[in-house]
Amino acid sequence: MTAVTRPVLEVTGIHMQFPGVKALTNAGLRLFPGEVHTLMGQNGAGKSTLIKVLTGVYQPDDGSIVLDGRAIHPRSTQDAQNLGISTVYQEVNLCPNLSVAENIFIGRYPRRFGMVDWRTMRKQAAELLARLDVHIDVSQPLANYPLAIQQMVAIARATSVECRVLILDEPTSSLDEAEVQTLFSVLRRLREQGMAILFVTHFLDQTYAISDRITVMRNGEREGEYACAELSRLALVNKMIGAPDDSQSIEQTGDAAADGAAPSQETFLRARGLARKGALAPVDLELRRGELLGLAGLLGSGRTELARLLFGADKADAGSIDVDGKPVALANPRDAIAQGIGFCSEDRKHEGAILALSVRENIVLALQARQGIWRAIPFKRQQQLANDYVRWLGVKTASIETPIGSLSGGNQQKVLLARWLATEPRLMILDEPTRGIDVRAKQEIMDYVSSLCRKGMSILFISSELPEVLRVSDRMLVMRDRKACGEYQRGQLDESSVLHVIAGETAGEGA
Amino acid sequence: MNAPVAAKPSTPATEASQTARVTLLQHPLLRPLAALLVLLVLDAFLVPGFFRVTIKDGHLYGSLVDILNRAAPLTLAALGMTLVIATRGIDISVGAVVALSGTVSAMLIGGTMVMHGSTPEYVANTPMALSLLAAFGVALLCGLWNGVLVAGIKLQPIVATLILMVAGRGLAQLLTDGQIVTVYYEPFFFLGSGYLFGLPFSLYVVAAVFAVTMLLVRKTALGLFIQAVGINPVAARLAGLRTATLIIFVYVFCSACAGLAGMLITSNIKSADANNAGLLLELDAILAVTLGGTSLLGGKFSLVGSMIGALIIQTLTYTIYSMGVPPEVNMVVKSIVVFVVCISQSSEFKRILRRRAA
Repeated sequence: MTAVTRPVLEVTGIHMQFPGVKALTNAGLRLFPGEVHTLMGQNGAGKSTLIKVLTGVYQPDDGSIVLDGRAIHPRSTQDAQNLGISTVYQEVNLCPNLSVAENIFIGRYPRRFGMVDWRTMRKQAAELLARLDVHIDVSQPLANYPLAIQQMVAIARATSVECRVLILDEPTSSLDEAEVQTLFSVLRRLREQGMAILFVTHFLDQTYAISDRITVMRNGEREGEYACAELSRLALVNKMIGAPDDSQSIEQTGDAAADGAAPSQETFLRARGLARKGALAPVDLELRRGELLGLAGLLGSGRTELARLLFGADKADAGSIDVDGKPVALANPRDAIAQGIGFCSEDRKHEGAILALSVRENIVLALQARQGIWRAIPFKRQQQLANDYVRWLGVKTASIETPIGSLSGGNQQKVLLARWLATEPRLMILDEPTRGIDVRAKQEIMDYVSSLCRKGMSILFISSELPEVLRVSDRMLVMRDRKACGEYQRGQLDESSVLHVIAGETAGEGA
Repeated sequence: MNAPVAAKPSTPATEASQTARVTLLQHPLLRPLAALLVLLVLDAFLVPGFFRVTIKDGHLYGSLVDILNRAAPLTLAALGMTLVIATRGIDISVGAVVALSGTVSAMLIGGTMVMHGSTPEYVANTPMALSLLAAFGVALLCGLWNGVLVAGIKLQPIVATLILMVAGRGLAQLLTDGQIVTVYYEPFFFLGSGYLFGLPFSLYVVAAVFAVTMLLVRKTALGLFIQAVGINPVAARLAGLRTATLIIFVYVFCSACAGLAGMLITSNIKSADANNAGLLLELDAILAVTLGGTSLLGGKFSLVGSMIGALIIQTLTYTIYSMGVPPEVNMVVKSIVVFVVCISQSSEFKRILRRRAA
């Protein structure tokens, strides 16, 4: 097939050093026209750094980037784009209040007699989107469309300039299954048009669904480049974590929670008819001590909304909550924290990490907030807490005084977990605690969570990854369209029947 | 199917053991200190006997003492402003609060000199302690107003405090009918021009406010909370912080500092001038905070930096005057110096320089 063609982009011998950390060592990458190439690796493997080198955000200490046989040195994202390397980022960085057409042509509106030529702009925008098989009204504000369409608009913008290489940095992490399929059909179309596509993701399924070629990175180096068809999943995971090919994938370990002590029969928290207009239809929920309750459902099914009501992050319009059999009012997070509830938000960057503060400060924050402003935790004690949790959770950080913002996603998540564990909560609400983090960190976090359950902590676990929910939950609540639509005991359902429930089709005989 | 989690040890921990070392050259206070030093050295050449401090009548006299003394109101305002800016806010009503608290104290004290035989006796209209408390209370109310507008009604800080910036001075002018209120009460003058143990009394006021603020920030969790709210208010709320209360507190604190500054100024000029007292002081305070290295984007802040910033501004004014620069050139020279200091702190500018050099 394409094996004989010359790579359109060839990156070799990239070295990149940050203060105290060697980010890339002799890293490399080859992209071929008409291929989807997936870049895989654990957190901190150097994927993001390599992409930032390609897009001109960082200038490498050493190494060469050759595009179409010509050495290039992109100095900014703008520069990279002019050279023919366009990028679509994980978080859509468009202007939601501008129209779709304006977003596509922002900074280079077509002009006529010195005035913006709105008609041409709309026409060209519609044509660009039609190439991706997206047919929408381009004069509407971008915010009127779902995230997936916004993603398409970002791709349309990226491909509207002379573009040889398209980089997609975790484009699917906030999309639901159907949206991912739409995105993939767009990628296939672009591939047919001869575009070289670099796709960065953590999802194995997606990698195999779309890739022609896979480059695995580990510890800032290129571990190897493989044809997708010739690399088994098990082999891929093992290459990412650096284990020998014949060892079992760590994905298949686990089941620890359920094998341990069964959750007690005592109820910790009971919610009745909990609802909020426009967010959640009345839901009943019961959580026992030491129980891990999984919450499954698609994005927007009401999972996060329910979690936020239980934590007092949003106020419920209706319903009641009992903790330990006594009715409580959870009007704000402080009320919930006082009841021993902790909450790791799905939006780590905006609702969790305080980026410019150190690991230590991030860890002690919730505990200090509960103790109040006057009873400051002594510095020695803060250090001790931070050091302990960094060690227990295996947080990779230069020191506890490093700003949390310079840690990788998985390590930030561990620090946030530590923030709540330090308050010794009785219930942890974990909303997508493993999103966007690598296999190893995911496993470590889930193992830790399971072990907490055995010690009597209740956990409400929300995840889009169904196998993960099925594996760890004692009980599972499935949500759909902002409603709870079924509760299942462990072992009652398999993956495909849950998928049926989630998708709203008639479930199999099991349900 | 229960294989070990990893067959090999994980990524070497060597990179983790390399602790980031902050050298003296990277210390955030280095630049403001250097700027202050340059100004002082310049003064040493321009002003004969600049560093000479003499003792007259048991009081210390000299340019340095003078600069410290005159910088007192600005330093107070800058300390208050630092905490507000650290929460991502801004308070442009500082000057108005200065005018208001000055006016209230001057009007309440008023004062006349009564002759008892040959000995003059000063009589205040209202007991001085009560008057000062009232003026301070007015300042606290001003801060509460600002804080509630920002944290409760969620107005943008610059808009919220703009209201008081206009209304506060307007109210002060209404109270005084636009006239200057003169104070005839000797004990009151001690605040702004008296000496204690050889040093101007205002320095003790500044030192006390600075010490209290430092204690609050370092010995309680206030510093951590203010930074958390300034960097990420949403995450701070979810971590259980009382974000609204904190924000109200910093505005009250800022106004309290402004109120003290107003009393110092009124005492120093022995009158309340509702039209001009503290005029544009908020801008100098913001400038002092910026010069001290605190970002207007909130988060990390430096009280010591803001003090140095205030001293830079006052030293600069002193330098310009003593160089005999005509008053009309004053503003331009000041802006040039500020421009140079600010640009030397800009990371973007450093990046451009480095790129040029490369």
